[in-house]
Amino acid sequence: MTTTQRRADSAVKPQGATVELRGLRRRFGATAALDEFSLTLAPGELVALLGPSGCGKTTALRVLAGFETLDDGRVLLDGRDQARIPPQKRDMGMVFQSYSLFPNMTAQDNVAFGLRMRKVGGAQRKQRALQVLEMVGLESEAQKYPHQMSGGQQQRVALARALAIEPRVLLLDEPLSALDAKVRVQLREQIRVLQTRLKITTLFVTHDQEEALSMADRVCVMRAGRIEQVDTPSTLYAVPATPFVAEFVGTMNRIPGVVEDGRVRLLDTTVDIRTAASTPQGNRAPETAVDVLVRPEGLAVTASPSGRGIVMTTTFLGSVTRLGVLLNDDVLVYVDQPNSAAQVPVGSAAEVTLRERDVMVADRGSGGGGASAEGVVPTVGDTIS
Amino acid sequence: MVALGEVDALFDVEEFIEQPQRRFSAARLRSVAWWRGIVLFCTGAFFLIPIYAALRFSLEGPNGTGFTLSAYTAIPSQAGFTAALWLSLQLAAATTVIMLVLMVPTSVYVHLRLPGLRRFFDSITIVPIVIPPIVLIIGVLQVAPTFLKSTPYLLALEYGILAMPFVYRSLDAGLRAIDLKTLVEASRSLGGRWGSTLWRVVVPNLRSGLLSAVVLTVALVLGEFTMASLDLFQTLPVWIYNFAQDDGSVSTAVSLLALVLTWIVLMAISALDLRRIERTAKTRMDAGS
Repeated sequence: MTTTQRRADSAVKPQGATVELRGLRRRFGATAALDEFSLTLAPGELVALLGPSGCGKTTALRVLAGFETLDDGRVLLDGRDQARIPPQKRDMGMVFQSYSLFPNMTAQDNVAFGLRMRKVGGAQRKQRALQVLEMVGLESEAQKYPHQMSGGQQQRVALARALAIEPRVLLLDEPLSALDAKVRVQLREQIRVLQTRLKITTLFVTHDQEEALSMADRVCVMRAGRIEQVDTPSTLYAVPATPFVAEFVGTMNRIPGVVEDGRVRLLDTTVDIRTAASTPQGNRAPETAVDVLVRPEGLAVTASPSGRGIVMTTTFLGSVTRLGVLLNDDVLVYVDQPNSAAQVPVGSAAEVTLRERDVMVADRGSGGGGASAEGVVPTVGDTIS
Repeated sequence: MVALGEVDALFDVEEFIEQPQRRFSAARLRSVAWWRGIVLFCTGAFFLIPIYAALRFSLEGPNGTGFTLSAYTAIPSQAGFTAALWLSLQLAAATTVIMLVLMVPTSVYVHLRLPGLRRFFDSITIVPIVIPPIVLIIGVLQVAPTFLKSTPYLLALEYGILAMPFVYRSLDAGLRAIDLKTLVEASRSLGGRWGSTLWRVVVPNLRSGLLSAVVLTVALVLGEFTMASLDLFQTLPVWIYNFAQDDGSVSTAVSLLALVLTWIVLMAISALDLRRIERTAKTRMDAGS
C-alpha cells in the first residue's frame, strides 16, 4: 500500500457491522418480492444478491436501507432492530444503479454532502471530501459537475460519496450496469479493493453472475423472493444446490434422459444416480423423464465419422474453445475443449463423452427451483452420442 | 451479365433513390413554410394591431394632431398609480411565495408517494380554470377568516387558486425531468432529512420548473382584473380601468407600460434559466469533445 493510499484510507475508518435479515416478507399485490428471506452478513463481508429480474434482490437491499417497509420479519444491525430507524439515521452508504449524483453540486460538494448533513465543519468537510476523492482517483475532478464527467467517473464519485460518511454498511444497487464493459471491469476491481481494505460490510445487488462471482465473498442466489443457495462462488459453481442455481450460474447443458432401475438412460449410455438411495427425490419411478445437467467442461468431444453428433459452432473463449454440438439431430450441447486438444472443425461428425465428475439430474423441462436434483456419476468416458 | 461495379454506369443509383425523396421533402417543406407563414402573420396581427393602435392613441397630440409623450410623462403624478402598482407587485410576490410553499412539497409528495394519483391531481388542478371567478370569490368569502377579508392578502390566496393549474403543471414537468426518487433516496441515505433534501437537492434541480411557475404566476397576478375589482381592491389593472374613465391617453400609456414591464420581468426570469441551459450545453459539448 502506498503512502497516498494510506493517507486516503485514513479518511474512512473501518467499522463493518453484522447484518441480520430474518424472515423478511414483502408482497406487492399478488407478487411475493420477499418470502421468508433470511441472510446474515459478517462484519467486513461482501455478499452479492444474484438473481433474475423481479426475484426480490433490490427489495431486500431497499429494506435494509430503510426505503421499503416489511410485511413481516426483522432487520438487525449489530443486533439492534432497525424497524423504527429512518434511512437517514441508519449510517448506510448507498450507490445506485442510475447516476445519482446531485446535478447542482460539484464532485467535491457531492462527496461532502453526507458530512454536511452530519454537521461536520467546512474545512474538515473539504479535507475529508478531497481525501475520499483521492481514494477513488478523482481528486483532480473535484470541481467538476456531474454532467462534465463520464459515467464511470460519476459512479466513482457516488462510491466516494457513500464511503465519506464512514458507513457501517455499504449498499450497492447494480452500480455497474449502466457502464460500458471495460469501465465496468475496472470499477468492480476498484470497489473490491476498497471494500477489502476498508473492511466495510457490503451488500451488492446484481443480475450479472460474472460480477457476483468475481467480487463477492459469498453469493446469494435468489428466485421469486426466496433464497436458492448462499455459498462461496466456487462452491456455487461446483456444487449447486438446485437445478436453478446450476443453470443460472455459469453455462449448463440439459440432456434429456429416462430413469431406469436407479440409473438414467441418456441417449446412448446409462449413468448411476449417486444419491438415489439417500434422498427422497431420488426415488423416481422407472421411465420418468428427466434431464441430466452437465457443464461444458464436463463433456469432451472427439472427431469420429461414426459419432452421432455434428459440430455446429465453435467460439474461442481464451483458454478454451466452446463447441456447440447437435446430438442425434435433437439436443444441442456445449463442450469446452482446451485449445491444445485436437480441433474439430464445424460440420464434422463427432462423439461426445462425459468426463469423470458429478453431474445433476432434474425433472424434465423444470426451470429449477421446484425440481428435485441429485448428483449422478457417469462412468469415465461414457459416450453419450 | 453486368458486374456489380457497372451498375452505377447504367444509372445513378443514389440519384434514383434519393431524388424523389428530396423533391418530396422540398415540396413538403415549402407547403409547411407557407402555412406556417400564414399562421404566424395572423397571430402577429391579432396581437400587434391592438398594441399598435394603443401606442398610436397614447402618443397622439391634442385633437389627434402630431405626436407627444405627455401621456407617459404624466403617469407618475397620477393619483393612486404608485399605490396600485405597489399593491400589484406585493400581490405577485405574496402569491408566488404562497404557491411555491404549498405546491413544491405537494408536487414532490405526489410524485414520490402517490404516483398513481397523478392523473387525478391533473384533473383536480384544472378546476379553478373552469369555475367562474365570481363563484370562487363567493366561496372564498364564505370561508375566509374575518381578519383576512379586510386585507388585500385575501387576493393573494384567491390568486393562488387561479395560479394552481399553471404552477402544478410547471412543477410536474420539472419533476418528470429529474430522477426524483433516486435523488431523494441518495440524500436520505447520506443523512439528509426531508427539509434539507427538499431545500438542497430537489429545489435546485427543479429550477426550470420553478422559474416557469414563477413566470406564469407573476404574469397572471399582474394582469388579473375580475377578482380584484369584485373584491374592491385597486390593483394596477383595476386602476387602469378606473382611470380610463378620466383620461384615456394616460390610461392607455399605463397599460402599455405595464405590458412592457411585465414582458421585461418575464424575459429576465426566463433568461436566468436560458443562461444555465446554455452553460450546461457548452460544458457537455466540451466534455464530449
